[in-house]
Formats: sequence, C-alpha cells, structure tokens
Amino acid sequence: MFQVFTDFASWLTYSILGLSADTKLGSAVHFFIEDVSKIFALLIVLIYVIALLRASLNVENVRDYLARKHRGVGYLMGSGFGAITPFCSCSSIPVFLGFTSAGIPLGVTMSFLLTSPLINEVAILLLMSLLGWKFTVLYIVIGMSVGILGGLFLDVIKADRWLQSFAAKALKNGQSNFVAKTQGTADTPKRMTTRERHGFAKTETFGIFSRVWKWVIIGVGLGAALHGFVPDGWIEQHLGDKQWWSVPAAVLLGIPLYSNATGIIPVMESLITNGLPIGTTLAFCMSTVAASFPEFILLKQVMQWRLLAIVFAMLLVAFTLVGWIFNIFTPFL
Amino acid sequence: MKKIMVLGSGCTKCKKTAEVIESIAQELNIQVSVSKETSAEVIMSFGVMSTPAVVVDNNLVHSGSIPYREQITHWLKDA
Repeated sequence: MFQVFTDFASWLTYSILGLSADTKLGSAVHFFIEDVSKIFALLIVLIYVIALLRASLNVENVRDYLARKHRGVGYLMGSGFGAITPFCSCSSIPVFLGFTSAGIPLGVTMSFLLTSPLINEVAILLLMSLLGWKFTVLYIVIGMSVGILGGLFLDVIKADRWLQSFAAKALKNGQSNFVAKTQGTADTPKRMTTRERHGFAKTETFGIFSRVWKWVIIGVGLGAALHGFVPDGWIEQHLGDKQWWSVPAAVLLGIPLYSNATGIIPVMESLITNGLPIGTTLAFCMSTVAASFPEFILLKQVMQWRLLAIVFAMLLVAFTLVGWIFNIFTPFL
Repeated sequence: MKKIMVLGSGCTKCKKTAEVIESIAQELNIQVSVSKETSAEVIMSFGVMSTPAVVVDNNLVHSGSIPYREQITHWLKDA
C-alpha cells in the first residue's frame, strides 16, 4: 500500500536529484522524501475521514453525560472522552469551568483534560500505520492510565481545596443543584447535514495540517539525520536502557518543547527505529505533548499555585515511571 | 448600536472572529462595538465551553468556531 511513496522517493532522489543510493546523503534524502510524503498523505486522508465521523461529538454533550455518571465510572469515561473529543487546547479553561459548574468532580474533569492532549484518534491511526498495532494499544493504555490515575489521585488528596475561589464556588453550586445547565448550546445543531459535516471536516483538516506539518518535517528530518549520519548502535549504547538517568532527562527535555500528539509521532518513529528504548521515547514524547508551560500558566486562572505545582509534578513523575516500566518490560513484548 | 462580545482566552481563532465581525460590519455600514472578553469567570457565566463564542447584546448566539459570513450578517442585520 505504501510502495507508491518508496517509488516516488526513489524517482525524486535518484533520477531528479541525481544522488546515488550508496551514499549516506542519498539514503538520508530518500528516507526523508519517502516518510514526509507518506505521512502528509496519511494525515490529510485520516484527519478528513475522522472529522467527518465525529463532527457531532462536542464538549457540551460530554459534560451532560459525565454529570449523570457515578464517580467511579467517571474517571474511565472522562479519560475515554478526553481521548476522542475534539477541542482546541485554548478552550481548556472554559471546558474546565463548564465541567466544574455542572458538578463534575475535579478528578474526573482532570482525567478528561490530562488524557486529551495525550491521545487523539488521528494520532492513534498514525501510530498504527507507522509503528504497528501492538505499540498503539500500549500507547493508548498508558495514556489513559495516566489520565485516570492522575484524576483519582487528585480527588484522593482533595485537591479541590486549592481551586481559585470562584471555581470552587461553581463546583459547590453545581454539586448541590445536580441538574446540568444546558445553556451555551445556542446553535449546537441537533443533527448535522452532510454538507455541514463536510464543512467541519474540511476546516479541521486544514487547521490541524497547518499546525502539524512542520513537526512532521522536523521529526522526519531528525530521523533522516540519525539514519544517515549517526553510527548504528550509538544511541543504544549511550542512551539505552542501561542508563537509568536517560528517562528523567528525556522528560525534562520534553518540558520546554511543545507539540501536539499528532506532530510528535514522526519524531517517535525516528527515535524508536534508531534504537532509543521505547520507554525513554514514550517519556520524552508524553512530556513534550502534555507538560507545557504556556498551558499551565493558563490553568492559573482556575487553580492556585499549589495545585498547579502538584499537577505538574504528578505528570513528571508519571512520565518517568512510564519510561522506566517500559524499558524494563520491553524485552518481554 | 449593537454590542458584540467575543468570548475566548485569546487564541488566534478568537482574534480572527472579532476581526471578521468588524470587517463585515464595516462593509455593511453598520455601527457596532466589538469587544473581546478573556476573563474565565465571565466566560463561565455564559455557560460557554468551546471558544470562540459570540454574545450579541448579552445573548449568547454562537460558540465553538469562527462564525460563517451568513451568521454574522444575520446577527448584524436582525434585531
């Protein structure tokens, strides 16, 4: 199915650019062209098809659903919906407050918000096509576990003590009058027409692609450089699972970097195929995707510093554990 | 004069929404005041969860995306 991209890259690299397949440069360029064209094509098709399917799923429906659920199921459902519900990260504050004022427990809301950047359906399909289904399942399980356990942990330590006062008041009000408010759905269409779905899918494809394309170039470029110029086995020897510190180092390195889950996957592919252990790669990528300063500064509007610090530290610890556990278990996979 | 408020935490889509509304109003020669509201508390008070959202004369008319031209024209022309 992907042969056409290999042929295209061969034609461009060897016939048009006149590079030789035996040189390092030739093979690096070939790899770069093949992967970039493949991922671009996959992305455009996948984003469009998926957007078409999930056009009518929105945060308002999720809130109304979660508000009626028992807390125990809530974490799981919150995390699950976080994975598939589309919403721009700039909406996380309104979503947080919307959930909170419907009386949904803080932990459940956080399960939703923590899982959301880690998993999305485009990322899942991209992972499947680049790294195989085993790794994909693993990634989903891990992403959701971080969300579920993170939410649970916050409720156990009664983290809602450290909300900003107006948010805490909203939560209290929401819990006492259980009925979820349904205002704010002024023009949410009850049933979407095919034309509206197409419109939504087109906007989504354009929007996501324009954010992600540069990450694909960076990821694949990095891969091509490693592929062509770093000696085989160097990474394994120097950053392999024998070096315990490489995991926390990867998590720290991921903090100042920011990308969304879809953009980080080509990077992930390059790192793994070049011999970086799976656990270290996961730790780095999850940290890049979910722990970013700009996002955390936004959360300051609804959380006190203390809670903000707890959530941030919790994420860093979680990603480091994920990395270590995976590096230990990789040989058994 | 209509008072239009764009709710959103300052993302590019919100800025664009405000710009589009202003430019269409100018085109149609309708006087409006367009303001942006970024306070989380105010956004919550309208029950909005997906931004950008649009409030016309204190009524929430839209949320979740940059509105289409036809919608904006409709808000501007009708009372």
